[in-house]
Amino acid sequence: MSYKMLDGNTAAAEALKLGRVKVIASYPITPQTVIPETLSEMVESGDLDAQYVRVESEHSALSVVTCAAMAGVRASTATASNGLALMHEVVGMTSGNRVPVVMPVVNRGIAAPWSLWCEHVDTMCERDMGWLQFYCQNVQEVLDLTLIAFRVSEDARVLLPTMVCLDGFFLSHSMQKVTMPEQEKVDQFIGEYKNKNVYLDPTDPMFLSDLTGNEEYTEMRYQQKLALDASVTVLEEAFKEFEKEFGRKYELVEGYMTQDADVVLVALGSMCGTAQYVVNQMRKEGKKVGLLKVTVFRPFPAEYIRKLVGSASVVGVFDRSAGLGGDGGPVFYEICSALRNQPTQVYHYVGGIGGRDVRVETIEMIYDELLAIKAGETTQHTEWIDLKEDALELREVIKNV
Amino acid sequence: MYEIKHQSRGLVSHGTTACAGCGLELIMRKVMDVVGEDTIIVIPPGCSALFSGFGKETNLKIAGVQMNLENTAACCSGIRAALDAQGNTHTTVLGFAGDGGTLDIGLQALSGAFERGDRIMYICYDNEAYMNTGIQGSSATPYGASTTTTPGGKRQPKKDLMMIAMAHHIPYAATASLQNLNDLKKKIEKAKNAQGPSLLHIHTPCPTGWRFHSSLSIELARAAVRTGSWILYEYENGKITINSKPKELQPLETYIGKQGRFRHLSQEQRDAMEKEIKENFYAYTSMLERMNVPVETV
Repeated sequence: MSYKMLDGNTAAAEALKLGRVKVIASYPITPQTVIPETLSEMVESGDLDAQYVRVESEHSALSVVTCAAMAGVRASTATASNGLALMHEVVGMTSGNRVPVVMPVVNRGIAAPWSLWCEHVDTMCERDMGWLQFYCQNVQEVLDLTLIAFRVSEDARVLLPTMVCLDGFFLSHSMQKVTMPEQEKVDQFIGEYKNKNVYLDPTDPMFLSDLTGNEEYTEMRYQQKLALDASVTVLEEAFKEFEKEFGRKYELVEGYMTQDADVVLVALGSMCGTAQYVVNQMRKEGKKVGLLKVTVFRPFPAEYIRKLVGSASVVGVFDRSAGLGGDGGPVFYEICSALRNQPTQVYHYVGGIGGRDVRVETIEMIYDELLAIKAGETTQHTEWIDLKEDALELREVIKNV
Repeated sequence: MYEIKHQSRGLVSHGTTACAGCGLELIMRKVMDVVGEDTIIVIPPGCSALFSGFGKETNLKIAGVQMNLENTAACCSGIRAALDAQGNTHTTVLGFAGDGGTLDIGLQALSGAFERGDRIMYICYDNEAYMNTGIQGSSATPYGASTTTTPGGKRQPKKDLMMIAMAHHIPYAATASLQNLNDLKKKIEKAKNAQGPSLLHIHTPCPTGWRFHSSLSIELARAAVRTGSWILYEYENGKITINSKPKELQPLETYIGKQGRFRHLSQEQRDAMEKEIKENFYAYTSMLERMNVPVETV
């Protein structure tokens, strides 16, 4: 067992190296840039035996990688923000053709206004495109969940791509101590890449992805749905074996002090570390608060949510994206749907967007509100929890200067 | 594995859903004859996608995939990289896209692959508009041609794909035409064997979009060359060869007079266009010749 000090980007690159990817195509975008830099260094130095395709856009990056995987090798890219938005069209090609690509995505807001910083809107926009999505709390999770993603994506029962989502800067640029798994054990855990369904092979020709009429299209989508459903079992198996081999436990959803909680907060990503700290502090004060950390957002583990919410009758859901125009954000919808047959009251919170830090005080405010609602002291809650008071008076526009 | 429903000659099925007289179909058959079975083809949505097939049927007996409209070259690069990673250097990776997918929306990906020097073979069949969606103008639509988005005739000349390709210093690029199938086949062979990216820009008469009788496709391909509207030349490892240099250009009317897309032009406009095309032909070919002159003798 060895340890390394890694930031999230380097951990993602190390995981792709441990996965022995054979083709890499990536386009630089803040805050993901270190991933392609690290991978190209690995290829240049001979540490990683792979073809590095220096593409001219993210659209081409995912195109290269998807077609390379169709042609028989494990292939990967990484992106963020507007880069993922540019990939959108190819995102559907990858999943629709059942190509098990694993792609780290460093979460960042989508312009305008321009932001370099953390927000989940980029990956949330892709949530219905047929990919699995994992959200990481820390750098170790970036490494581990990427390895698990290879195993699950490439399983014959799944054959769907996975986005491993890590919060921009909070994880991508945060140095943490990481336990490095041994290459042999990783090889055993992931197995060799093999095309199991469709492939591009001149000795056994197939034409992929042609025009499909409505007499088959619905059924193909249904097959994808079943594969996502089946991935829950495959994830469970992979998590169990990962724990046995590497000693670290993962769950689709992790309940933290939810068993006897009066109120529960649901969250994704790096803010879960802060939220766990707040839970510990408030528990010391005798406040029965709990946290649900959603690691796997696609497939959405509704069954697990129902079990873990337990006795809590008031639930807050934290969306790190604005969910513009909706009656809440994407995580909120999912939780409401999961709990629709339970008497639980669900409250929506938006915060931490455009890189705004989700602070201890922010999470305390949410818990205090939820506890007050639970106690019947109020029915009010602050949806935009970290909004400044001068929201409408930010900048004075001076014209015709 | 395919279930072969008809033992057609070659790698393209006996019947296809191409329009009668389609230049693209003939090009596809000739290309398949030369590149052979050891080929993986990437086709974007467009007229060539009818060779990808529909539902359970395909028109090609080789491995292939229909990807997006703008990423044909990038997809080829990905397949090439995967084959190289597996030690397969013999399989041809072929991109087969129209003018819209190449000169407009696919130009960035094409430039990327050219600049990287990825060993892919790229064919642009140029029918001079977005024909599959119903004849909308593209940057390859020639001056004066009427399309559904240039109803009064296009006011700009064609984008020059060959010059763009040559600016990337790729090992092989050529224009080609259906007027001379031997020349076409020779160029396909050269493109296939290039040790780097190669481009064939093939003029592709389209009876539906250009509005001419489906029996005239080859005649119009020939007329385009003979009137100076389509210039045949090759760029091979930096050297340019002009393949067809008529002593005297035929009257433009022998080309545009048979096409509905130029019908709206007045006699005055036709005369001006003929003058323009002739002048361009001589200027362009003499420029190509000058490009071959070694620098020290200039």
